[in-house]
Amino acid sequence: MKPRSSGSVIRLAAPLRALAQRFSFLLLVLASIALMMVGKIESVSVDSARARVTDAFAPILDAISRPAATAARVVESAVELENAFDENQRLKAENARLLQWRQAALRLEAENNSLRSLLRVRPEPSVNYIAARVIATPGSSFVRTLVVTAGKRDGVRKGQAALAGAGLVGRVIEVGEWSSRVLLLTDINARIPVILSNTRQRSILAGDNSDQAKLLYLPPDSPIQVGERVVTSGDGGLFPPGLPVGVVTAVSERGIRVLPSADLSRVEHLRLVDFGLPSTDLDPSPDSK
Amino acid sequence: MTATFWQKVDKTGRNLAPFAVTVMMVLVGMIPLPVPGYAAVAPNLTLVSVYYWTIHRPDLMRPGVAFLIGLLQDFLIGGPLGVNALLLVVAQWAVLNQRRVFLASTFALLWVGFTLVMAGAVLLQWLAFSVLDAVTLSILPALFQGLLTVAVFPAVGWLLIRVHRAFLNG
Repeated sequence: MKPRSSGSVIRLAAPLRALAQRFSFLLLVLASIALMMVGKIESVSVDSARARVTDAFAPILDAISRPAATAARVVESAVELENAFDENQRLKAENARLLQWRQAALRLEAENNSLRSLLRVRPEPSVNYIAARVIATPGSSFVRTLVVTAGKRDGVRKGQAALAGAGLVGRVIEVGEWSSRVLLLTDINARIPVILSNTRQRSILAGDNSDQAKLLYLPPDSPIQVGERVVTSGDGGLFPPGLPVGVVTAVSERGIRVLPSADLSRVEHLRLVDFGLPSTDLDPSPDSK
Repeated sequence: MTATFWQKVDKTGRNLAPFAVTVMMVLVGMIPLPVPGYAAVAPNLTLVSVYYWTIHRPDLMRPGVAFLIGLLQDFLIGGPLGVNALLLVVAQWAVLNQRRVFLASTFALLWVGFTLVMAGAVLLQWLAFSVLDAVTLSILPALFQGLLTVAVFPAVGWLLIRVHRAFLNG
């Protein structure tokens, strides 16, 4: 222990401390604002710091999200039990319809294969999937992200597409050792290159923090109709082409709205698409081979 | 006078309770519930906790502590850094200045006081995000989040009173 030198230091320190306490509010407000600026400018180092913090808390988030998921499943299964008969009827009808589609798909696949072999088409790079569980949502009105339980050691890389159920959910924006963060396609910062399946019109899908996203940079007279399917175009090489994204729900003067095919509010598990392309310059970390 | 080592450890541990509980609130607020539209309006439990401890134990919920918790929240939710830190520091400062009013009042008045703090927080958050994203965002989700937080305030407050009694009034 250090010997306390004299009273004079304490006498000097006391007013300083009072001063610091007095201005701590102002200092902390300034620090917060400085942090906002730093976050805007130094986004790469902020991202890696963020990934570390998320990694550190991921085990706790994982543990406390399990009971909630279980409770939700119990409630859901009770509701499903009630509707079992109707659901069964509906599924039988749907199954009959799908069997017809299967015949069509098999025929098309065979035809496709034979035509490809005639044309010597280079096959698409192979696609691997990494499954992950959602352990946290931001709980904020202005941020649409998810934290999932897969990271660098599972093969997750920045920029990979995230799929759930019927379609695209978003894109990996930050990768930790065993956790990573997915930016939902409805977030205001999300931009995804897409193509409309009927008109073959290329566009950018942009979120605006609502439940639907909008299409940008379309020519004013493009013949787009409600109900048209939107898939990823693969432009930029980040996403494989043809991943289902959503369906056009409204065409008006104010823009074209797209409802995501995946139910973004109840994603429990998702698949990250390892597209097998060399990593882009979006991922400058040296250890991503 | 001469507290033993273990008594000191015990006291430090108890004094950490407000901080620990608030960090727990940050994490609990992030649990994904499969309810449509829940994530955008999940109640801001952290603010409730900071409000409660600033009124009852301002010595354990200092501006620096509020700042740290806000910073942790910023890191975890993936939004711009500094927004929640600013929010909690301002909330802590505002509540501390009116602390005598709150301390003497009934639970209903505490609730009204929290509603005012939450309204300020909604506005501040909306303003910060609109400036940082350089667009005018819709304030509606934040407003609903505020309403939901005000609605769960009695339940969370009751929980915090239990923690307060269990750890700090022994």
